[in-house]
Amino acid sequence: MAAISIKSTRHNGLTATVLPTFRQYKKITDMAQSNIMPGFRPAISFTLVYLALIVLIPLSAMLMKTFQLSLDEYWAILTNARVQASFRISFGAALIAAFVAGVFGFIIAWSLVRYNFPGKRLFDALIDLPFALPTAVAGIVLATIYEPRGWIGKLVMDSTGIQIAYKPLGITFALIFIGLPFVVRTIEPVLQEFDTAMEEAAASLGATRLQTFIKVILPNILPATITGVALAFARGVGEYGSVIFIAGNMPYISEIVPLLIITKLEQYDYAGATAIGLTMLLLSFLLLLLINGLQWWVRRRSGQL
Amino acid sequence: MSISVNNISKHFGAFTALDNISLDIPEGELVALLGPSGCGKTTLLRIIAGLEQADQGDVFLKGDRVTDQPVKNRQIGFVFQHYALFRHMTVFENVAFGLRVKPRRERLGEAIIRKKVHDLLSLVQLDWLHDRYPDQLSGGQRQRIALARALAVEPSVLLLDEPFGALDASVRKDLRQWLRNLHHDLNVTSIFVTHDQEEAMEVASQVVVLNHGRIEQQGAPGDIYDHPANAFVSRFIGQTNVFDLEEHDADWLQTAGLSAAQQKGKIAHVRPHDIVIEKSTHHSDAYVTLKDWQHLGALIRIELVKSGINGHAASVYAEMPNDQFRRLHLNRGDKVDLRIRHAHWFH
Repeated sequence: MAAISIKSTRHNGLTATVLPTFRQYKKITDMAQSNIMPGFRPAISFTLVYLALIVLIPLSAMLMKTFQLSLDEYWAILTNARVQASFRISFGAALIAAFVAGVFGFIIAWSLVRYNFPGKRLFDALIDLPFALPTAVAGIVLATIYEPRGWIGKLVMDSTGIQIAYKPLGITFALIFIGLPFVVRTIEPVLQEFDTAMEEAAASLGATRLQTFIKVILPNILPATITGVALAFARGVGEYGSVIFIAGNMPYISEIVPLLIITKLEQYDYAGATAIGLTMLLLSFLLLLLINGLQWWVRRRSGQL
Repeated sequence: MSISVNNISKHFGAFTALDNISLDIPEGELVALLGPSGCGKTTLLRIIAGLEQADQGDVFLKGDRVTDQPVKNRQIGFVFQHYALFRHMTVFENVAFGLRVKPRRERLGEAIIRKKVHDLLSLVQLDWLHDRYPDQLSGGQRQRIALARALAVEPSVLLLDEPFGALDASVRKDLRQWLRNLHHDLNVTSIFVTHDQEEAMEVASQVVVLNHGRIEQQGAPGDIYDHPANAFVSRFIGQTNVFDLEEHDADWLQTAGLSAAQQKGKIAHVRPHDIVIEKSTHHSDAYVTLKDWQHLGALIRIELVKSGINGHAASVYAEMPNDQFRRLHLNRGDKVDLRIRHAHWFH
């Protein structure tokens, strides 16, 4: 192995600087073939430092802050009716939105991969817009259009009597908007790689189009769809900017958890805010774990593990 | 006729993939569609299967016109070059697929399906892999499963698209023999596409040679080898030496044993085994030099250099059995006498 590394560095013309020192050389030969990929230590150190600085330390700080509360106080905050209502709204809307985005995203990804139509590239670029658009801008636009006097909101209001904006429905709309690109972008590459000969094989064996779709295409795309839905959900739970303008923010009806946290912060109730934040973190983590488990199960069942 | 194709043409843009092809394949044959890449052989197979639509012409299967029938109604078994196994299903479920998607009133009972699938898996000698997934199999195993899957629906014809194309040489050799035997047992009319003339000669009972979207020749492997219809077929099937009379080879061929009366065209194709060489007895007249030789198992391929009249040296290849060559006691650089036993003439 050492011989190989010397040879390859000479090829690069970096002989002097990259040649292993004797100590390294000895270490490499001692390791024999235990680890072919070099750079394990620096890579893992970087990963750990990064995780600690960006994720673990801030989260622990939040945890510490929560410890200022007694268990009873913590429990009192959580069982507060307004807090519970906001949890229901946040998680409920995010879940529904993620599933709707899952279905819509599948259809959009399918259209983009399978069909050719004029303006396809433009359409493809538009998908990413919710990623790039400042969420507040998206929120204001959505609110303007879907409010009862807005362009679409008025149409829907007049024809069905359903009000979209300033209701949980409006929150769901905003979260679908935010979540859609996650689904499309996770399904797209998998659909692109999907071997269409499998469809031809199914047809040659006498399967109808519907049977081919349900028995052959869907099982192969499902894991990616679940990933997309999970991403959309995770993003939706914490989404603030785009929701806040369309939600109406009425306590017990359309108040989301992130807003409640901000409200607490504005009232200098830091412990209360972190308590809610921590709970939200734990719930999200549990749900993501569940979705990952589901995905593992699907992959296993479909022989991809 | 089990499979009939009438005046099929297919264009992809400006490219003509198939140019007015007609072909009849009798019941029970194992036919090779042979040709260089881009000759339209796969397109023809896919049109017969219904995976592709012809621009014009008709396809008949067992006497029924199926031109407008979708692939699922044609009762064909199709084996894909890259297997196209359902990767989310076990081997068992892959083979059972065709039985499970039948309309409810035609569908067999679960017990019968089970038995049938296991029988098919035994037929391809892979029943022990029934609960594996395709990703866990080798290429040769996958291709046999793909074949079992195609056979499960009891197709009236079996179509195989470069079935051994993605396999390594040794597996390929085994599978060829195996496919031949399987066809012998099942006797289902089959067409397979290949660009490998050796494979076509070894496996098929009939060979159809295609080039540039046209059929060059159709016949039994022996016929095609012994009586190639044109220069393309002669060159494509087996090795051949080409002598062009317009480049002053006429005299040389006469001295090599093909008299002027035998010269029936402008170009002579000579198979390597139709060239006999002997150690030259009179050095002044010797007109070829032994350059090198290679062992091809039982045969030796001998590379000879002929110095042409215009000064160009040309290589001529001869083949002879190992022991015969050894008895000649030839060395590199020796001058040898050369005799041509037989030539094919083309214009």
